[in-house]
Amino acid sequence: MKVRVLVSLKPGILDPQGKAVEQGLHGFGFQVEQVRIGRLIELEVPAADRAEAETRARAMCEKLLVNPVMEKASIEVL
Amino acid sequence: MRVAIPTFPGSNCDHDALHACGTVMGWDAVPVWHRSERLPEGTDLVFIPGGFSYGDYLRCGAIAALSPIMADIKRFADQGGLVAGICNGFQILCEAHLLPGALLRNESLRFIHKDVHLRVERTGLAFTGAMAVGQILRVPIAHAEGNYTLDRDGLAALEARGGVVFRYCSAEGETGPEFTPNGAVNGIAGIVNERGNVLGMMPHPERAVEDVTGGTDGLWLFKSIGGMLSKV
Repeated sequence: MKVRVLVSLKPGILDPQGKAVEQGLHGFGFQVEQVRIGRLIELEVPAADRAEAETRARAMCEKLLVNPVMEKASIEVL
Repeated sequence: MRVAIPTFPGSNCDHDALHACGTVMGWDAVPVWHRSERLPEGTDLVFIPGGFSYGDYLRCGAIAALSPIMADIKRFADQGGLVAGICNGFQILCEAHLLPGALLRNESLRFIHKDVHLRVERTGLAFTGAMAVGQILRVPIAHAEGNYTLDRDGLAALEARGGVVFRYCSAEGETGPEFTPNGAVNGIAGIVNERGNVLGMMPHPERAVEDVTGGTDGLWLFKSIGGMLSKV
C-alpha cells in the first residue's frame, strides 16, 4: 500500500531554507508572507488494510523518519 | 587509556581525532568501523568524530545513530562510560537520544568555518576537570548544522541542571546572539547528559591541539579527560 508521509518543521522552529526561498520569491516580485519547507517521503508498505498501513508508517516516523524535537508528520494512505 | 574512535561512511574528522588522542596525547587510540558490534575490550572513552555520516541523508546523524556500533556505545554510556561527540558526533548523539535536543541548519544558511571563543560553563565533569568556570577557549568550528535547539521546557531543565558545558562568547567572554555564529539557542555550543558522562559539542577541540595548526586550547578537554581517568 502506498503511504505518503509529509514531514514539516514544527511551528516556531526556524526554517532558514524557507526564509531564503521566501526572499528569492520576493526578488521575483511575488507576494508571499511565509515559506516553510518540508520533506515528502513515499513508502510502499505491505499491509492488509489502510489502518494497518497507517500504524506501520506511524511507527516508522517515531523510530526514524521524524525528529520530534523539530519536526511533525502527517500520514496519508493513498 | 584506551579511546575508541568510530568511523561511519562519511566521517572525515576520525583521523584528526586519532592524531589528537594517539600522537598528541599518547593514548591507545583505536579506530572502530561502524559495522562492528562491540567496542574494543577495555575502552575508557568513545570519541565520536565529525564529518558527514551517510551524506547527512534524512537528517544529520540520523542514519549513523542506527549503526551497529551505536548499540554498543549506548550500552557503554548506560554503564557510565565516557562518550564525547564532536560536530557530527554531537548530531549523532542527539539522534541516538543520548543527548536532548537537535541541531538545525545554521541561521545564516551557510557552512561556517572559523575559530570561535567558548566560555566554560560547567566544571567538575570528566570532560572539564582541568578547566575553570568562565575560562575562555579558542577552538575552530566547521559546520552547516550547528544551530542547537530544544523545546522551551527542555531548555529550562537543561539550563537548571547545569547541562550547558560550553557557550559561544566574545574574546572577552561576553555571550549573546551576536557572539553565537550559528543561531544556537542561548548560545549553546556544548552540552552534557544528566549523569555527566556523555558530552556533545559542535566546536572541534581535536583540531586545536598543536601550535602549528593555530592553537592548543582543545588540549584542555583532552587533559581533563586524561586527568580524570588516571585517578580511577
